[in-house]
Amino acid sequence: MDSDADIVIQARGLAKHYRIGRAPRHDTLRDAVADRARRLWRSLTPARGSDASSGSEDFWALQDVSFSIRRGEVVGIVGRNGAGKSTLLKVLARITEPTRGSVSIRGRVASLLEVGTGFHPELTGRENIYLNGAVLGMPRAEIRRKFDEIVAFSEVERFLDTPVKRYSSGMYVRLAFSVAAHLEPNILIVDEVLAVGDLQFQQKCLGKMREATLNQGRTVLIVSHQMESILRLCDSALLLSGGRVEFAGSPMEAVARYTQVGGRSPRAVDCRTLERPAWAGGRVTIRSLEHLDTASPAWSVPFGGSLDFVCELAGTNPETPCEVFHAWFSPAGLEVAAVQSPAFSFASGRAGVRVRSHLQNIRLTPGAYTLNVGVRAGGRMEDFIETVVRIDVLPTAESITRHAEAYRAFYVPEADFRVE
Amino acid sequence: MAAPVEDLLIEAGRADRHYVRDLWRYRELLGFLAWRDIKVRYKQTAMGVLWVIIQPTVQTILLTFVFSKLARMPSGSLPYVAVVLAGQIAWMLFSSAFIGAGNSLTSNTHLVGKVYFPRLILPLSALGVALVDCLVLLALTLPFAPLAGIGPTWRWAFLPLFMAAALAPAIGAGLWIGALTVKYRDFRFITPFLLQIGMFVTPVGFSTQFLPSWRELLALNPLTGVVEGFRWCLLGEQQELFLPSLVSSGVISAILIVSGLWYFRRTERQFADIL
Repeated sequence: MDSDADIVIQARGLAKHYRIGRAPRHDTLRDAVADRARRLWRSLTPARGSDASSGSEDFWALQDVSFSIRRGEVVGIVGRNGAGKSTLLKVLARITEPTRGSVSIRGRVASLLEVGTGFHPELTGRENIYLNGAVLGMPRAEIRRKFDEIVAFSEVERFLDTPVKRYSSGMYVRLAFSVAAHLEPNILIVDEVLAVGDLQFQQKCLGKMREATLNQGRTVLIVSHQMESILRLCDSALLLSGGRVEFAGSPMEAVARYTQVGGRSPRAVDCRTLERPAWAGGRVTIRSLEHLDTASPAWSVPFGGSLDFVCELAGTNPETPCEVFHAWFSPAGLEVAAVQSPAFSFASGRAGVRVRSHLQNIRLTPGAYTLNVGVRAGGRMEDFIETVVRIDVLPTAESITRHAEAYRAFYVPEADFRVE
Repeated sequence: MAAPVEDLLIEAGRADRHYVRDLWRYRELLGFLAWRDIKVRYKQTAMGVLWVIIQPTVQTILLTFVFSKLARMPSGSLPYVAVVLAGQIAWMLFSSAFIGAGNSLTSNTHLVGKVYFPRLILPLSALGVALVDCLVLLALTLPFAPLAGIGPTWRWAFLPLFMAAALAPAIGAGLWIGALTVKYRDFRFITPFLLQIGMFVTPVGFSTQFLPSWRELLALNPLTGVVEGFRWCLLGEQQELFLPSLVSSGVISAILIVSGLWYFRRTERQFADIL
């Protein structure tokens, strides 16, 4: 990593402003004329309140967005709908102009905001390869050179001279993807297109793109709602929220922040006011959750280490034996570990009980996880809380020597390798 | 692969310095888009070619009837149909280029919203279809020229010049209408209206040669010079060129193109936001 020479995209204070709602957009000439007349009338009559703000509603799709991206990086952009992801891509792709700020870009940019942009249904597969290639900025000579490769990749050879309107949607997407996968820009901007097509073909395309980043130092920007692909593909990530950069850094951290609002959890969590599903019985409730290890930062556990916490329960009908369970979720929302306590009863006459959990040898890949906890009594779900805390599994010497993070699996078995 | 590294600066409210360079780089896209439109037009219907000739044929018959039989306009020694047809070909080239360029942005919304390229490519590529239609029309009508006593002359070589003269006001006006349609959708309805008026004030159905007192006034229309030019090229010795109409055609086309480019470039960067 050497200094500034490696930076290929540098954004400084980007902002994009739209007018929405009752804004004077003048879609028809009549509106424009009417609006002019109204303004004239207003300027002639005594002012009542500010007239600049009347009628127009300002919306900042991006605000003060600054970041830099290095050559060969695969950067994921995550955020909720309306966080400004697509707007940012459109600015970088030069489709729309920023209202403020600037971006300097080094290298040829290709943007893939849609699969098959410019495909014409009446034209054949062969013709559309050329057309789509040209739309994506590929010179004709390059398309001709790669034509056979594109066709072979797409697996639609037999239908090359059929108009694409007769294609199945799968064939259509495969052909479009193949053209895109053979682009050779220095910087590739991709929006959510990974979500279409069958899984196997997606993997093939991702592999092809990954190859290009490794071999040719291509920089890739990806917007995706699939946290799995962000984690799988990206070297770093940008979390947008309300048009601003909320976090820039490791994909793990970005995804963790995106999936669980609020960042790290406090050591003791008061659960009484947290939201419960309607189907929870409520005869036994979880009052609080407390991490016992005061030495470590809140709710974290070293790889292979153990985690101790106390779950405080309260019950109106404590006669029936009950069980506590917790389930661990990956940032992408996959359930990766779960454990349930044996049944226990409240001490007679007591309205509450403290259940201490001791989990040992936690061999989950270092990263952020979220915890769901619940109580069951007599086979009925009495209480259930989603995403109570975030637990960070911290890397250790062992996890590093095992390259646990490189494989992006969830579980690392205890292993012993011997050469015989 | 050692691709040349080039720097690009995107900045708010700043005209693109690389516009001309980009235009050159995307010249192949210009060709592909024109080729797409032509291909689709002639492929979609088995009668593709037929459609190209039906409209001018019907109009030629009507105009011949109105001006020759009803208004009793003279046409010299030529059959009146030839005079009208030559005018028709010129007018068709202009009007279809104008309509195409004017609609080019709204009919390619999906491209404008999804990829970058100099938007000027779109109206320019629309000229391709108009040009091919015109060539088809010429190829279908010229073989019949000897029937009207018109043989090939050296003047035919000047036809490309007058075709360019027909496309010039079309692209100029098309830039205006195209950019305005993005903002004010009403302009879609203005185009046919303008063309209808244009048809009446352009000497498509008659020759100004035989209307000396109106000649100067008609010369103010840039299309007059174009239509007369087509006749001069195609119909042989009896047609004369009227210099004022040529000058006016050149000047007005230049004004339309320069101002059209100015307005188009000024609004271009907002197209993706509005469309």
